[in-house]
Amino acid sequence: MLGFIIQRLLQAGLVMLVMSALVFVGVFAIGNPIDVIISPDATQDIRARAIAAYGLDRPIWEQYAGFLGRLLQGDLGRSFVFNMNVTDLIFSRLPATLELTLVAVLGATFIGVPLGIYAGYRPDSPVSKGIMAVSVLGFSVPTFWIGLLLILTFAVWLGWLPAGSRGPTVEVFGVGWSFLTPEGWKHLLLPALNLSLFKFAMMVRLSRAGTREIMLTDTVRFARAAGLSEWTILRHHVLKLISIPIVTVFGLEFGSTLAFAVVTETIFSWPGVGKLIIDSINSLDRPVMVAYLILVAALFVTINLLVDLTYALLDPRLRRKGA
Amino acid sequence: MTEPLLQVRDLHTHFFTRAGEVKAVNGVSFSVDRGRVLGLVGESGSGKSVTGYSILGLIDPPGRIVSGSIRFEGRELVGLDPDELRALRGRRIAMVFQDATATLNPVLTVGRQMTLAIRAHERASDRAARDLALDVLKKVGIPDPASRLNTYPHELSGGMRQRVAIAVALLHRPALIVADEPTTALDVSVQAQIIFEMRDLVRSLGTAMIWITHDLATVSSLADDVLVMYAGRMVEAGPTRVTLRAPRHPYTAGLLASVPSRNPKGVDLPQIPGSTPSLLRLPPGCPFQPRCPRATPVCREDPPRVVDSGREALCHHPLPPASQAAA
Ligand SMILES: Nc1ncnc2c1ncn2[C@@H]1O[C@H](COP(=O)(O)OP(=O)(O)O)[C@@H](O)[C@H]1O
Ligand code: SF4
Ligand SMILES: [Mg+2]
Repeated sequence: MLGFIIQRLLQAGLVMLVMSALVFVGVFAIGNPIDVIISPDATQDIRARAIAAYGLDRPIWEQYAGFLGRLLQGDLGRSFVFNMNVTDLIFSRLPATLELTLVAVLGATFIGVPLGIYAGYRPDSPVSKGIMAVSVLGFSVPTFWIGLLLILTFAVWLGWLPAGSRGPTVEVFGVGWSFLTPEGWKHLLLPALNLSLFKFAMMVRLSRAGTREIMLTDTVRFARAAGLSEWTILRHHVLKLISIPIVTVFGLEFGSTLAFAVVTETIFSWPGVGKLIIDSINSLDRPVMVAYLILVAALFVTINLLVDLTYALLDPRLRRKGA
Repeated sequence: MTEPLLQVRDLHTHFFTRAGEVKAVNGVSFSVDRGRVLGLVGESGSGKSVTGYSILGLIDPPGRIVSGSIRFEGRELVGLDPDELRALRGRRIAMVFQDATATLNPVLTVGRQMTLAIRAHERASDRAARDLALDVLKKVGIPDPASRLNTYPHELSGGMRQRVAIAVALLHRPALIVADEPTTALDVSVQAQIIFEMRDLVRSLGTAMIWITHDLATVSSLADDVLVMYAGRMVEAGPTRVTLRAPRHPYTAGLLASVPSRNPKGVDLPQIPGSTPSLLRLPPGCPFQPRCPRATPVCREDPPRVVDSGREALCHHPLPPASQAAA
């Protein structure tokens, strides 16, 4: 198991190195790096000083080494708009996105998987057909459209929930969380629902397909022959067997939502990372975009690593192979 | 005389598929007494497994027991409440399948799977469940059972895996075990071991067994009685010694002629010409007609029952009985 972890850590480091090289090539070698480092409306004098300070007159490999060095120190430049370190800026927005993502992905999983298992177990029942109809909607209707519909229904017509923005926060470990207040939940509910519908649909599909397949196997037949109840079979045999694809999708969805909750955050004016990125693109705040690319890469590498480790915990056959 | 442990009468189990009604089991009758072994023989696709599943009430849609009766320990199982059937499965009737690699759950430990099977029928503390599992694992010949409880199926050899599956079947000391080709997936040497172990086990426990196989050789060393199936129908049945020494049905005779141990080394085994027919396109009358060397036009009518020395065959032109064959 330890060998497996070390191997995966090395792979993760390698991927990050490649990713940083790609970003470097994209921004520093192909684009004009000076545009990333200083604001377009800076004076000629400032430009010259920046070129010297960042060594842009040096050979390319030296520049890359400098870029890597700054990267390792967490220095990805300053935002033109907010005039603060972009890493700090992104991390200050992260909790808002994180709690929205967690509520959406966890909700989708804990509701979607049991419903999907049921739909796979009783594919012909009317309830299953209803579940599948909702999942088709979740797949095919665009997020922004559902978002607008949710606002229209619950905020404008019924007036039950606020139409946007984040609720009041409570500080825990120096970070503000809104899910700790009832008012915060009211604000969370609609954007989380909006964000989770697609993931819900995916979880339903995945667990339905897995359950249908497993119910036909000799493993289930043997369990039935031993007199296990259907509930025990679903709870102990099927759930454990379908958990591997579910963990994969959970990880990937969690990562991609954390990185790309752009549409929902924009519609609901949710002050998270997605909204920050859209705003940065609009205001040509390049350092934020570069830092974002690097952080997203790091995020996915980390999540893949965690997913791999979870596999090994779930499937004893992988454990031995990896070690 | 007391009722046999299991009595199956005119069982019909059909699958209603898009291509048509597949009569997988088409009028099969037999009985098994306590502690006896019945060999259920036939080529692949003849309906042996479906017969076994029918007894345990494990036929899933689109299949269904269409008619017939299965009496077990004085109770009718056809049409029995699903919960009552479940309570019988694993406790009074157990089943072992062909390939333990496929039947054991790869992501649960041996101990966990055995505990689930124990708790399906009794409230057992962790301690009691463990003791029972250890006891049965020892019985089926697994060395160092305590350390096996925490292993996963893939960490065991094929023979050990099948022994674990047999142990699961024996947990509650059932009165009947249906063993569906339990050695087919194993190496030849392991096959023989497991066959003898199972014979000794069911003897010592007084458990009756239905031994399903396509291999007549294992039947002759194991079974008290034999039932030969072809295309969902029984073609010949009787005490093993009588039936296999001098079969009267041409299909049984063909099967016997292709058993390796009965032929001199180096001689090619005669095979029954042709292949098993599609159950959707069976000829009227005897299903074996297209492949039968003795077939005549009268075989298009349902064959009569021919009975001698406690054995019966369904055939218009049966082979001569043993006394005449010897002459
Ligand atoms: N689920 C099913 N759906 C349709 N046909 C089936 C199904 N299960 C079994 N059958 C049919 O029943 C016949 C007998 O199958 P089986 O009992 O497995 O044969 P055996 O065990 O003797 O090899 C086969 O021809 C097969 O086509
Ligand atoms: S009934 Fe006719 S076809 Fe069938 S086994 Fe007997 S001889 Fe052959
Ligand atoms: Mg079979």
